[in-house]
Amino acid sequence: MIKTLLSGDMPRSVPLTVILGLILVCLALAPFLFPGVRTVDTAARICIFVVLVASYDLLLGYGGIVSFAHTMFFGLGAYGVALASTHMGRGFDALLVGSVSGALTAAALALVIGLFSLRVRAIFFAMITLAVASAVAVLVSQLSGLTGGEDGLTFKTPRALGPAFKFGGELFGVKLNGKLLSYYLIFFGSLILFLLLLRVVNSPFGRVLQAIRENDFRAEAIGYRVVHYRVAATCLSASVAALAGSLYAIWLRYVGPDTALSMEIMIDILLMVVIGGMGTMYGAVIGATVFVIAQNYLQNLMGVASGVVEGLPVLPELLSADRWLLWLGVLFILSVYFFPTGVVGRLRAQK
Amino acid sequence: MSAAPEHAPTMAQLPLMQRLAPWMPVLLIPVLIVLGFLAIPSSTSWLTLTVSGLAMGMMIFIMASGLTLVFGLMDVINFGHGAFVSVGAFVGVSVLLLLGQMTSAPSLALNLAALMVAVFGAMAATGVMGWAFEKVIVEPVYGHHLKQILVTMGGLIVVEQLIIVLWGPEEIYIARPEALKGAVTFAGAAIEKYRLVAVGIGLVVFLAMRWVLRHTKIGLIVRAGVENGEMVQALGYRLRLVFVGVFIAGSALAGLGGVMWGLYQEVITAHMGNQAMILIFIVVIIGGLGSVEGCFIGALLVGLMQNYVAFLEPKAALISNIGLMVAILMWRPMGMIPVVKAK
Repeated sequence: MIKTLLSGDMPRSVPLTVILGLILVCLALAPFLFPGVRTVDTAARICIFVVLVASYDLLLGYGGIVSFAHTMFFGLGAYGVALASTHMGRGFDALLVGSVSGALTAAALALVIGLFSLRVRAIFFAMITLAVASAVAVLVSQLSGLTGGEDGLTFKTPRALGPAFKFGGELFGVKLNGKLLSYYLIFFGSLILFLLLLRVVNSPFGRVLQAIRENDFRAEAIGYRVVHYRVAATCLSASVAALAGSLYAIWLRYVGPDTALSMEIMIDILLMVVIGGMGTMYGAVIGATVFVIAQNYLQNLMGVASGVVEGLPVLPELLSADRWLLWLGVLFILSVYFFPTGVVGRLRAQK
Repeated sequence: MSAAPEHAPTMAQLPLMQRLAPWMPVLLIPVLIVLGFLAIPSSTSWLTLTVSGLAMGMMIFIMASGLTLVFGLMDVINFGHGAFVSVGAFVGVSVLLLLGQMTSAPSLALNLAALMVAVFGAMAATGVMGWAFEKVIVEPVYGHHLKQILVTMGGLIVVEQLIIVLWGPEEIYIARPEALKGAVTFAGAAIEKYRLVAVGIGLVVFLAMRWVLRHTKIGLIVRAGVENGEMVQALGYRLRLVFVGVFIAGSALAGLGGVMWGLYQEVITAHMGNQAMILIFIVVIIGGLGSVEGCFIGALLVGLMQNYVAFLEPKAALISNIGLMVAILMWRPMGMIPVVKAK
């Protein structure tokens, strides 16, 4: 049963299995284990980022293609839900229409970009996605009539997903309200998408992708249309990213350039993939969990550290919470050099 | 013995289109300028826009040329190139601010001297930085595109953040030297002096680079290395050293471009290099990765396009350049002047 669910791709390492199981249980029971607005919000973000990072890993780890447009696809899904909910009124139909149209738009855009760049050289893809994603981000902040510009859009999700909606009293001291439903919508949505991605990478399609990553010339010679496979992987990864974006928008009930389109999210995704381990879907789970928790709590710690060394030259500047990105960058370079297989690769190699 | 096969040599000239084909990329520039003339209602604003488009194109070329050569020579793609643009701008502007008395004096000679000092300071700083960047970041991931992209991107983030640590998070405003302020009027159109200077510097850099590449021994080795590196190594040249040299030169040029870009916009931020990278990538892709001439033509096209479209429809400026890239890739998938590799 579990083997079928995981598409035969078992964690293959005892510590890894334990960690993954722990993460799953914590996320599944988050509202009961850690009641509190901030912790539940962190859990929801972890769920969404697991899917987002896993979909990116399909491209980077399995396909060997670097894309800088993943936040753009993420944003397309988020804006899809926001626009549909604004124009169609609150309701589940609006969420559905928004998510589906966001995913389709993302796939179509990915198809066009992929056809243009991947047919010549895989390396073009990185540059072209960077250019297109920046152009789209600029465009979204300029078209304020449609997208709300820099302020973004605040919209209403169905009543059943809001904190005002109550169904029954309390369970283990947790109020049974719409926010709980909303969390479980996110959780199960993410779980299904993750298992779907696991299915994809363990299918014959996924194997061909890995073959192309290892040696595209040889894969072509064996008779696989390399461009077709790469473009298909791009489209699939883009639409899953868009769906993750839709979930994010439903959770936040807000979209804006900073939460859904900024380059910083792209850098976060890259880091999560590399820390967790490229080319393993479980790496996405570990990378996203570690990173989101670190982001939420470590920045405070940096602030404290900066306070401690106050008075010394330069050091407080280097340690202040605003310099978070500096240390991420250093960490990123070091992990690409020394841990290219990430946490999961390390754990699996330890047998 | 059979008769020789029919052989009828023809001396007819090739059709016009075929003879024009190699020149097509160059011809695109006047075509775009004429299209701009037709689309823009007033001819004086057209002239102003054309000059500023050329100026912008020259600056992008200066920034992009190093990137394209580094790729052509060693197949290294440097996503951190924008960091050199930012550092160049910050060092150059700091020097100019230090020399405030020279830049605010109304004498052209003093102004230019200050500018020269700033430019040399910036180029020296980015050159040294390029050397370190090559040693620390690029060398360990040689021949591995995926890691190169990731690691150089990481390098870009680190450098950007270090700039913020050293210079503070606020943007810095900088006034141009006194003699380069204002505009000259030509045929009724106001043309900023600084833009003319930018066009001049860009042309000088392009011609100098072309001369070095075509008429010196080192240029010959670089060109040969772009075409077939292994063969050059087999002939006994240490391509690795040449590559480091080109990397340093390219970084220094990016620094020069950064100073010019900063003075053009009159404000600098730590992210300016990252923003410039978008246009730089478009330029090197449409020019053909590895080709300096293609890069030059592409930069002028992008600069002109950006200025014309920004005048006609401000919101479409960046999108129009993406459109230009798409159109050119449909016409020539490897870029306008593809570099043929003997591999």
